[in-house]
This record gives sequence, C-alpha cells and structure tokens, in this order.
Amino acid sequence: MGYIIDGLMEAIHLIVSLDPDVMEITVLSLVVSLTATCTATAIALPTGAAVKFTDFRGKKVLINLIQTLYSLPTVIVGLLVFLLITRHGPLGFSGILFTPQAMILAQTILILPIMIGLTISALSGVDETITDTIVSLGATRLQFLTSIVREARFAIFAAVVVGFGRAISEVGAAILIGGNIAHRTRVLTTAISLNTSQWEIGTSIALGIILLVIALVVNTGVTLFQQR
Amino acid sequence: MIEIEHVSKSFGKKSVLKDVNTTIQDGEIFAIIGPSGSGKSTLLRMINLLETPDGGRIVVDGTDIHAERRRTTEIRRMMAMVFQKPAAFNENVYDNIAIGLRMRHVPETEIKKKIADALEVIGLSGYEKQRAKTLSGGEMQRVALARALVTDPAVLLMDEPTANLDPVATEAIEELVLRINREFGQTVVISTHDMLQGQRLAHRIGVLMDGVFSQVGTPREVFALPKNKDVARFVGIENIVSGGIVRTSEGVAEIESGGAIIRAVTPLAVGTNVCACIKPEDITLHLVDGSQISARNVLDGKVARMTAFGPLTRLVVECGIPFSVLITWKSAEEMGIAEGSQVRISFKASAVHVVEDNEA
Repeated sequence: MGYIIDGLMEAIHLIVSLDPDVMEITVLSLVVSLTATCTATAIALPTGAAVKFTDFRGKKVLINLIQTLYSLPTVIVGLLVFLLITRHGPLGFSGILFTPQAMILAQTILILPIMIGLTISALSGVDETITDTIVSLGATRLQFLTSIVREARFAIFAAVVVGFGRAISEVGAAILIGGNIAHRTRVLTTAISLNTSQWEIGTSIALGIILLVIALVVNTGVTLFQQR
Repeated sequence: MIEIEHVSKSFGKKSVLKDVNTTIQDGEIFAIIGPSGSGKSTLLRMINLLETPDGGRIVVDGTDIHAERRRTTEIRRMMAMVFQKPAAFNENVYDNIAIGLRMRHVPETEIKKKIADALEVIGLSGYEKQRAKTLSGGEMQRVALARALVTDPAVLLMDEPTANLDPVATEAIEELVLRINREFGQTVVISTHDMLQGQRLAHRIGVLMDGVFSQVGTPREVFALPKNKDVARFVGIENIVSGGIVRTSEGVAEIESGGAIIRAVTPLAVGTNVCACIKPEDITLHLVDGSQISARNVLDGKVARMTAFGPLTRLVVECGIPFSVLITWKSAEEMGIAEGSQVRISFKASAVHVVEDNEA
C-alpha cells in the first residue's frame, strides 16, 4: 500500500510544482486532441446535416454503419493510419509518421463516426414544427442549415465533447502512430502506459489525475452551457 | 387573392384531397373546417409550399406558386404560417420573433422597432429577454403569431393554432386574429376542427370533407343551411331525419319518416328522398295538457334520456323518431320532466332545413 501513498504524494508534488515534463505532455495532449476534435467537428457538422436532410438510397444502411463505427477499436484506427502513412504506404510521401500531425489524423478518423452519428441524432431531435417554421419563414438552404444547427447547438456541443473525450482518452492509435517519443509525441495516455510499465507510479498517478481533471472541467463546462 | 383549382394530393395509397376548389379574397378570414384527417393541414401546407399538389394548381396574386420552382423562397416569403404546436426556438422572445426578419436581412434598428410594435399587439411588451421556452403554450403561440406578422405577409396561414390551448389562451388568439384582420386588413386562412371557432372568426367557411369542399359560404349559410347531410352532421345539427316527400301544398312539404310526418318549407317535389335538419334549439317542449300550439309540427313522445349540457339539459324525446331537445334546468324542473315523462314537442315548418338525401 505504501507505494500508492508515495505515488500520490509525488504526483501532487509534480502537479503543484508544474513539473516541466508533465506540463509538456499535458499541453501536447490538449493540442492534439483539441485539433482533432475541431477538425472532426468541421467535417461532422456538414456531413451529419447532409445525411439528415438529404434523401438517398441506402441512407439507413449508412446510418447503421456509422453507428457501428462508434466502437471502432483505437488500435484498428492506428493500424489503418499506420498502413497509410508508413514510408511505403499510399501517403508515405507526407513523412508524418511519428509526428503529432499523424496523431491528429488518427484521432480525427477515430472520433468522426461518433460525431457524425451524434450530429444526426442532435438534428433529428429538433422538433418538426421548428423545422417547418424555419422553412415556412422563407429560409434559403444555408439559412435553414445554420438555423437548425443553432437550434440543436446544445446537443451538437455534447457530441463535440463526447468526441473530445474519446480522443484524449485513447491510447492505441496514439502509441502506434506517435510512437510515444519524449518531447515530440508523448501524450497523457501513452506516458501513463510507459511510466506504469517502468514503475514510475508517481508520474503515472499525476498524469492520471490531470486526465481526470480535464474530463471534469469539460463535463462541468457542458453542464453549465446546457443549463443556460 | 388565392385561387385553388382542382387540387389533389395522396399520401401513398391514401387520397387526402381529391378535387379542392375555392377562391380566397384579399382581406378576408377564410376558415377551413372539417373533421380530423380531412386534409385541412395538407391544404394549408400546400399554400405555404411545404407540400406539392399531385394535381391542380394554387394561384396567389396571379402566380402559379408550384410552377415557379426557382422562386420558391421568394413566394414563401410572401406568406407566413403559424402551426398547431406552438414553435419556440431555443432563444429569447426577441430573437424568436426576429428570425424571419434576419433571414430577409432587415436592418437591426428596424427589427427592434417592428418587434416592439408586435410585442405590444400580442400583449407581451417587456418579455423581450425572457427565454421563449419558459412561456406558457398560449404565450408561445402569440410569439409564433408575432414572428409571422413582423414579416408583413400578404397571407397569414394558421393551422389549428388553438388546438393545444386552453379556452382563455384560445380566446386571446382569436381576438388577435380578428384584430389584425380588422386593423391591418390581413388576409387569414385558418384551419380548425372547432366549427364554433370557424363561426366566431371567419367571413367565409369552407367545409372540407372527403377530399372536397362540401360547402363554401358565410358562417350563417353553412350553419343554418348546410348543403348536405354530412355537412349538417358536422356543423352539429343533431336532428337529421331521413324520409321521403309524400305530399306538397303551397310550398310546404310533408315528409314521412318512421311513421311520423314532418312539415317543412321546401321547393323539392313529391317522391324526393330528403333529410330534414332541425336544430334542438328550434324545438319547443310542452306538457301534454291540451293547450293550443300554433306550430305546423306537433309530435307526442316520451323522454328517453336526460343529460346535462352546460347550462342546459338535453332531452332525447322518442316520437317514433328520436329528437334532441334543449331546455334550461329550471324549465325541466318546473315542468316536472323526468326520464319516462310523456311530452309534446313542436317546431315551425320554416325551422326545418331540407336537403336532398343522395345516399337513400
């Protein structure tokens, strides 16, 4: 039991003293996952709206497929992106393997299905009378989409948060694509994985606490936003 | 002016509108009444371009609105619609009303003025910053009405706007509709399954039944002189007696039904199958005491049932044919009437509205 208490004490010390390594890992984690979330949002919003408001053959099958991909294993995404960007892969020329950019790409792909799916759900949740009212008021196509997204903003924001949560907490893709290189691609999850295997319990606990605090801050933010 | 010409619409195999024709004049309140599922909403939605007719056309101020696909948005902006369910956007009252104006890129200073005026009209001045979702159903519907009105529509379409509201909120909406029509000359097309609302609001009423307008006319025409049995039944005429004309004399026909004879003023000829429509309030109830009755129709019968009907009592008097009769509680008490009592009913020949019975 002593090692847990020792670990906790060390973790608190690392956090309070703003240990440079811990801070660097935290900042990189936030940068990678926030960028991936922003990119995925930029893709998921129009895609979700297009799927929701366009009638085409196979729409139900597509939605079913998107929902299936909610539970896409992170290592599978890692493997897929690895195969794409490895030196001999189709995107090998980009030379981004083992860089934060590659991690952003992997996390974007990982969270896209859930964000598109939740965007579709959010837009479906808008009352039909509201949709009719927007059309009836003489909205152009673009005005219709912006009005409806604005109306569904709380649910869409929740989708964004779910995406961010999945991105920042995943380890499989980050380790495969980033390689967990110190000062370059080491993020919270990969660092916890490495430190624990090396019996650096204090650092692991510190990073774990930071990960939980990020989740807590994000969730509190969402709750406050939705209560407005 | 809205001209509706031979409009039809089906959903799957279900034909909702078959051949709808009418003309709605500028500045009038036109009520579409009809039972649930008769296609009232579908017709309004077609005028607002939310649905496309399968056949026929709708012409608004000379424009065949469904033929001008490129002008859909422009045409929609000529009208505004208030829906059955009060629509409140996730915004404050001000932004709720402003949405249509912002779509039209109206300057914010003008929007502010229009909203202040509209809020005064709907009686919600000072509510600008309140979140619309926290309002009552009636207030939300008034906001929806304001949202529609600020866009200065040529036609205001209202799809059963009070169906979800309590009587007080309903009255407020009805007063507003009358006021905006009276003060601003606003053309209003309103659908309702509440025929009394149609009567209260409309200059003209169209009774939509079985996919066509069974009758279009002033409330007085529709309620006093329904064109056929179905309209009569829908507008609440409880006594509809089917029979045949057996004799006529000086414009008064004798209609034989179930062994009883009903005398009515009608130009129809002997041998015609007819329905005699008699409103309960036109029937007088008497005790069987030999006093003189001047009405042409006098029938004896027994009170089969008594039920409360607001401040009145509704009696069903069995005279070979059952007749519904309304009297006050006090009269029923004073006359000592109870279920099983022998009574006499009378009504004038001119109180009987006769329509041809095509089903017989």
